[in-house]
Amino acid sequence: MADIKVNIAGLQMKTPVMTASGTFGYGLEYADLVNLEDIGAIIVKGTTLNARQGNDYPRMAETPSGMLNCVGLQNKGAEYFCKHIYPEVKDIKTNVLVNVSGSSPDDYARCAELIDELDHIPAIELNISCPNVKQGGMAFGVTTSGAASVVRAVRAVYHKPIIVKLSPNVTSIADIACAVQDEGADALSCINTLMGMSIDIEKRRPRLSISTGGLSGPCVKPVAVRCVWQVARAVKIPVVGLGGISSAEDAIEFMMAGASAVQVGTANFIDPAISVKIAQGISDWLDSHGYRSVQEIVGAIL
Amino acid sequence: MRKFQKNLTVSEIQFLGGKYVLLKLTDTDPLPEILPGQFVEVLTPNSQTLLRRPISINYVDRDTNQLWLLVAMIGEGTRALGRLREGDQLNLVFPLGNGFSPVQKAGEEVLLVGGGVGIAPLLEYGKYLRENGASPSFLLGGRTAADILLLDKFESIAPVYITTEDASAGEKGFVTQHSILLEKSFDRISVCGPKPMMVAIAKYAKLANIPCEVSLENMMACGLGACLCCVEKTVKGNVCVCTEGPVFDINDLTWQI
Repeated sequence: MADIKVNIAGLQMKTPVMTASGTFGYGLEYADLVNLEDIGAIIVKGTTLNARQGNDYPRMAETPSGMLNCVGLQNKGAEYFCKHIYPEVKDIKTNVLVNVSGSSPDDYARCAELIDELDHIPAIELNISCPNVKQGGMAFGVTTSGAASVVRAVRAVYHKPIIVKLSPNVTSIADIACAVQDEGADALSCINTLMGMSIDIEKRRPRLSISTGGLSGPCVKPVAVRCVWQVARAVKIPVVGLGGISSAEDAIEFMMAGASAVQVGTANFIDPAISVKIAQGISDWLDSHGYRSVQEIVGAIL
Repeated sequence: MRKFQKNLTVSEIQFLGGKYVLLKLTDTDPLPEILPGQFVEVLTPNSQTLLRRPISINYVDRDTNQLWLLVAMIGEGTRALGRLREGDQLNLVFPLGNGFSPVQKAGEEVLLVGGGVGIAPLLEYGKYLRENGASPSFLLGGRTAADILLLDKFESIAPVYITTEDASAGEKGFVTQHSILLEKSFDRISVCGPKPMMVAIAKYAKLANIPCEVSLENMMACGLGACLCCVEKTVKGNVCVCTEGPVFDINDLTWQI
């Protein structure tokens, strides 16, 4: 059996497969349908300092081989998370990470400070790439200075590993990656959703309440693989790949492009147990191809 | 209530005319506990669609271990369900959602109002009410007689009152115009159907001071409360229809009624 354990910036994972923020709730929602302990890491829903109601319905539209969403970071806020959700998730025997978002660098920092207190949250993912909020979110992730300002503010107060989730909606994702690395990010995740739009031609109006949304699912995979490859060539810190992964072969493709680990997102909606099946599939593929460790394929084409 | 992801076998397919198809699915194990008004998320095989489709549970037959899905073939995903053959496997995540209210008191008169494919979960709910000491009645509405589906089955459970817009069955008009609403008093009302119909019944119930619940069908991806796409505005803010619903008390919604 090939070794599929990975270490991302000090974060030890049983498998290289994580569940992507916003697609797996707090993990608990899936507890009947998959063994949570067998997942490399669970990244919980985007959390902000203050509670957010998110955008109006409709928030989703299915598109060819993908879906658009404009949820808009609906969550009950960092304090609620610490008080009510953390006690429920802290004993899940795998890594539970919090995805942190905000509308100013100070917001991000104050939210991260609260999460820093939680012993059983070994790392955070900084979301500087949500396309569905008016203030903050992706606004930070599309310029090197904006991205750097958020990471700098959080790095000053947060003591555990920081993974920064990058937006593909930029001219040069490698430039953003380098700026974030320079401010002390420990790892990067690529990519958040691609900004998209869909129109109901009979009703002559957009399918989503705020017109635009984030595109995810198999249709974004080639874009995501390209982003991972560009970023992995530009930085020294580990890269976590995501974007349309729904099979072990998809995950291996990302790893060959330079990802040390992967996240599964939209595919969780189709098969709630997919993250564990993909990990098993990676192991089987490595065995059948004569590899002893998953490390041997990371960055194979760089 | 425990959720499962399982393959069930398509044991019978009945085309009910128009866009409607009834799928009877058999589980190899005894079916799990299921509440009336709950739904399944079904994978649509041989379809261009990616996501599961939420379909309400029409009927649970414990004797034959069958679960029925009444499907309106409207889009690519539901049309793919109509292309299934007997013996095919169908992958379900179920049971999902909260379901209709349990029996409140013995002998209570409960009116179940349905329109179009929205009648689907009322069959199972009517059976449950009858078996548990309540007294259900069905009020079913459609454009025309052909829209009143599974009538024999409904009639085997409880009295059925019908309205059609063209008077081809029952009384002419909308469900809110049926004479039974004037002739008989009900302790509470449960509704599933097109939104304008649910709003009309909710208005009637509020005016008549009758407790009323409605079953919503907002578009959703996961069905598990994770994607936060299917939210409905309520007095508690945006909540997921898939986990906090699909059944809501009309007083918890922010509808203009």
